[in-house]
Amino acid sequence: MAESKRKPNLMKTKVPMPVQDPDVRIKNFDEVALGYTPEQAVEEARRCLRCKDSPCIKGCPVNVEIPRFIELIEERKFHEAYLKILETNNLPAICGRVCPQESQCERYCLRGEKGEPVAIGRLERFAADYVATHGELGYEAPDMAAPKGRVAVVGSGPAGLTCAADLAKMGYRVTIFEAFHTPGGVLVYGIPEFRLPKRVVQREIENLKKLGVEIQTNMVIGKILSVDELLDGGYDAVFIGAGAGLPQFLRIPGENLNGVFSANEFLTRINLMRAYRFPEYDTPVKVGRRVAVIGGGNVAMDAARCALRLGAEKVYVVYRRSEKEMPARLEEIQHAKEEGVEFRLLTNPVRIIGDDDGWVKALECVAMELGEPDASGRRRPVVKPGSEHCLEVETVIVAIGTTPNPLITEATPGLELTPFGGIMVDGATGRTSRPGIFAGGDIVTGAATVILAMGAGKRAAKAIDEYIVAKK
Amino acid sequence: MNRIIRKRVLGPAVKLIEVESPLIAKKVQPGQFVMLRVHEKGERIPMTISDYDRQKGTVTIIFQEVGKTTMLLGRLEEGDSILDLVGPLGKPTDLQGLERVVAIAGGLGVALVFSQIKELHRRNSKVDCIIGARNKDLVLLEEEIEPFCTNLYIVTDDGSRGERGFVTDVLKRLLDEGRRYDRAIAVGPLNMMKVVSDLTRQYGLPTVVSMNPIMVDGTGMCGCCRLTVGGQIKFACVDGPEFDGHLVDFDEVIKRTAMYWEEEKIAVELLQQRL
Repeated sequence: MAESKRKPNLMKTKVPMPVQDPDVRIKNFDEVALGYTPEQAVEEARRCLRCKDSPCIKGCPVNVEIPRFIELIEERKFHEAYLKILETNNLPAICGRVCPQESQCERYCLRGEKGEPVAIGRLERFAADYVATHGELGYEAPDMAAPKGRVAVVGSGPAGLTCAADLAKMGYRVTIFEAFHTPGGVLVYGIPEFRLPKRVVQREIENLKKLGVEIQTNMVIGKILSVDELLDGGYDAVFIGAGAGLPQFLRIPGENLNGVFSANEFLTRINLMRAYRFPEYDTPVKVGRRVAVIGGGNVAMDAARCALRLGAEKVYVVYRRSEKEMPARLEEIQHAKEEGVEFRLLTNPVRIIGDDDGWVKALECVAMELGEPDASGRRRPVVKPGSEHCLEVETVIVAIGTTPNPLITEATPGLELTPFGGIMVDGATGRTSRPGIFAGGDIVTGAATVILAMGAGKRAAKAIDEYIVAKK
Repeated sequence: MNRIIRKRVLGPAVKLIEVESPLIAKKVQPGQFVMLRVHEKGERIPMTISDYDRQKGTVTIIFQEVGKTTMLLGRLEEGDSILDLVGPLGKPTDLQGLERVVAIAGGLGVALVFSQIKELHRRNSKVDCIIGARNKDLVLLEEEIEPFCTNLYIVTDDGSRGERGFVTDVLKRLLDEGRRYDRAIAVGPLNMMKVVSDLTRQYGLPTVVSMNPIMVDGTGMCGCCRLTVGGQIKFACVDGPEFDGHLVDFDEVIKRTAMYWEEEKIAVELLQQRL
């Protein structure tokens, strides 16, 4: 299409995404956002101004060629659009759904200055979903007759999957070791079905297998095999993408009462073990009539919305700062509000009160005010005197973050760690203090986003290739 | 993988299975456990490894059928496989430098303490073992454990085998007689471990207990198995499963263990209807 004849769609707002009605969706675990139709996608793609310097690309941690794939969608070349994304992003169906676009690509979109930015995430998702239902995926099994080497990847979350895919495409024989019985890491145990359907994750994992990647489940590296045993056992390099699996608690009285969960436990029971289908599935979960979720991130939103779907009548999100400081994606906060989650902002829990049998009956809180900015640049909340009050709840879910699980680092001598227990790496390559061992994702950064973990997996794959080539 | 090569019925609803798992068998140390799952919609439950054979590449699990998962596990026969088996998890028991040990095992606890007693014997430690059970049918592994013990005492609630009474009656007598031990190892029902710990505290005898709380992942990820030990939150799966019995808040553990009783009952009833 000649540039001069093209008239962009000048609507100030994004083409709305069809969603399940809030009253309906809080009774099921089906996906909330239903995705664009081809017509809607083309209409939205026409909003792109095709800026000369493509500021959106710089906002993407894996530098997807955003204007180019959007142009292909506009031309209805959906398959080609998908392949364009795939050049730099192995998991478009997932990123299109869970990336915080408003703080990445869409943040730099020129359209955002006078209205809403182009819905890059929705278009990415559209391209991936369209191809998944209409055509062949872009993966081709590489020739494994003479692999360039063998690499072990520990963990099958976004970092591990990306690292494995890139290495396989370069011609390496890759084995992924996953601790759970199902691969996918946080994509499977953490993010609920209504936000990221497990069939989407499954599809990406099948694609990976088509690339020749082997996945061994039920393998806790650090216990059944050490990283050193992998290196001694024929692997040329090891990538550790084991995630930040260790839940943080508040360290307030009453935290071991029955009815108090870490978000990790609550979500694992529901997402991985499918407790929402108990007793068809064996794993149960307890959800009271009233639930308080503590925290302001995506995990807190996920937990709150799961609690609603499991029948809670009242769900509070208790967060000690204001809505502006909430780290959750905008869309998740909006969806949670639409579904009836009540936000108790500038509120901090101080004590969980139990009954005689050891079950939660209330959460005692204090009100907060915002003071001076702290190290993170966010204004530090301080307690308002005399503001103690109680929320009557039967369930408390603690979603204040996770730190790297020490299981693998404790079993790997000589690995330098950060003060938070994460693995110390060179950010550009994922190299650790030990030759042949690379790391990336939440085990390096602490709990972060899917796309950042993927970016780290990608950089490490490149560095692993260079390392092995140099060694051989 | 995870094929059952031997199965024995040890007592009412108590079964032993020996499972092929060469990698776990190669690494396991006494005191460690596995997580297992028996069908595609199944839950993950922890099981202590009772015994292992590194050469054969097998681990042995002894369990009582109390819930749906253990009932389904009990229906597996030789030649069948366990769907998922993960391990070895948890910290191994530190058995170094122990010359004299008293092991107190209640009910199924014998199965759990078996590998430790065997290992202590291999290290030439002297082990007095007290096995307690409700009645003679529930006294497990007596013959198997005997060769590894210096003295073996059996005690039942109804006196149908050994002395009549409770494990603490025998333990108190031994301690009052002037027996000296470097450590007590207590494994069994929570109440038993609690009263044993209360008793040994009075004698200043260091006591290790083995916790078996509800777990989901078994790798430190969910915190479901947390308990208070000496005022600190610990995860049984990665910090334990063994802890200083004098520091464990047993009352809290007992309450937490009851969390899903209602659901466990529902699951068992539905299973029984189906069978």
